[in-house]
Amino acid sequence: MTHDHHDHDHHHDNELDPFAARVRALETILTEKGLIDPAAIDAIVDTYEHKVGPRNGARVVAKAWTDPEFAEWLERDATAAIASMGYMGRQGEHMQAVFNTEDTHNLVVCTLCSCYPWTVLGVPPVWYKAPPYRSQAVINPRGVLAEFGLILPEETRIRVWDSTAELRYMVVPMRPVETDGLSEEELAKLVTRDAMIGTGLPLRPGSREPGALWPAADEKGAAS
Amino acid sequence: MSRPDPTAPAPDPAAANAPFRLPDGSDPDAPAFAEPWQAQAFALAVALHQRGVFTWSEWAAELSRQVARPGAAQDGSDYYQHWLAAIEALLAQKGVAGPETVDAVSSAWQRAAHATPHGQPITLENDPERA
Repeated sequence: MTHDHHDHDHHHDNELDPFAARVRALETILTEKGLIDPAAIDAIVDTYEHKVGPRNGARVVAKAWTDPEFAEWLERDATAAIASMGYMGRQGEHMQAVFNTEDTHNLVVCTLCSCYPWTVLGVPPVWYKAPPYRSQAVINPRGVLAEFGLILPEETRIRVWDSTAELRYMVVPMRPVETDGLSEEELAKLVTRDAMIGTGLPLRPGSREPGALWPAADEKGAAS
Repeated sequence: MSRPDPTAPAPDPAAANAPFRLPDGSDPDAPAFAEPWQAQAFALAVALHQRGVFTWSEWAAELSRQVARPGAAQDGSDYYQHWLAAIEALLAQKGVAGPETVDAVSSAWQRAAHATPHGQPITLENDPERA
């Protein structure tokens, strides 16, 4: 029986990191047991790397901005309204769309793990899964939003929604001003992933900066 | 590996006090997975759920237990390590595969990788100890 250490002068050796080796081991074991099909695993990876992402959610938001009937449906039964656009959850989860208003800003978190509306937003960003976000979004939401450069007026109420395996939330941000006449497709381009988590706002047309939500937004907070 | 306590542990108190800092790499266009094995692990959980090996509630409960363990990275960079541990824990609980089996096959993959020249695909057949 040869042992690894005898081969150390072979500099062409590959190394698998321990986690990669464990994943391969699971694939081997589960394939042999007939519980998974490697081609199906590749298809799932391809879907979540390339096909499912925040563009889905952005189209939902843009449709809600332009179609009041759809917006009403989305508010009442988000699971069905989103499924009507072809975006369906694989874990049997229900969706709830929470609408930002002039008085209330919504923020989504999963305090326990990382439940996230995959079908409309794809796979969550690293920070969403980090312990400080999961705890601070509840304890100090204004501090978390400030870290994203989002300073809301003091009188704006912040509602924090804690996702579960069964119920996942997406934020429907307010439509920015100066977007009259834009098509649904153009509007969707303004809707960022963070705007649908609640850690950002939709963009100003033709810019990477958030768009104004009120015609005189820059006068807000001027009075001391 | 012992069966995990069915009651979810309290979150790590150190984590609850840490301020949130937006990590580097928070670019909205950042790839969903930092390394290929993370994507594979992600897909394994989805596929095992679809196959009915566990319910999604069981999955979320186990993942919650794993991420709540003390010592989790504050930047979330070890998230898919917890994800992988959750898969292994559920497979052990369901009697599909215990940690000894996973350890053994994992070591075989590492020996196979070690014995495979660069530029060639790593396959389990390359494990020199393969029976």
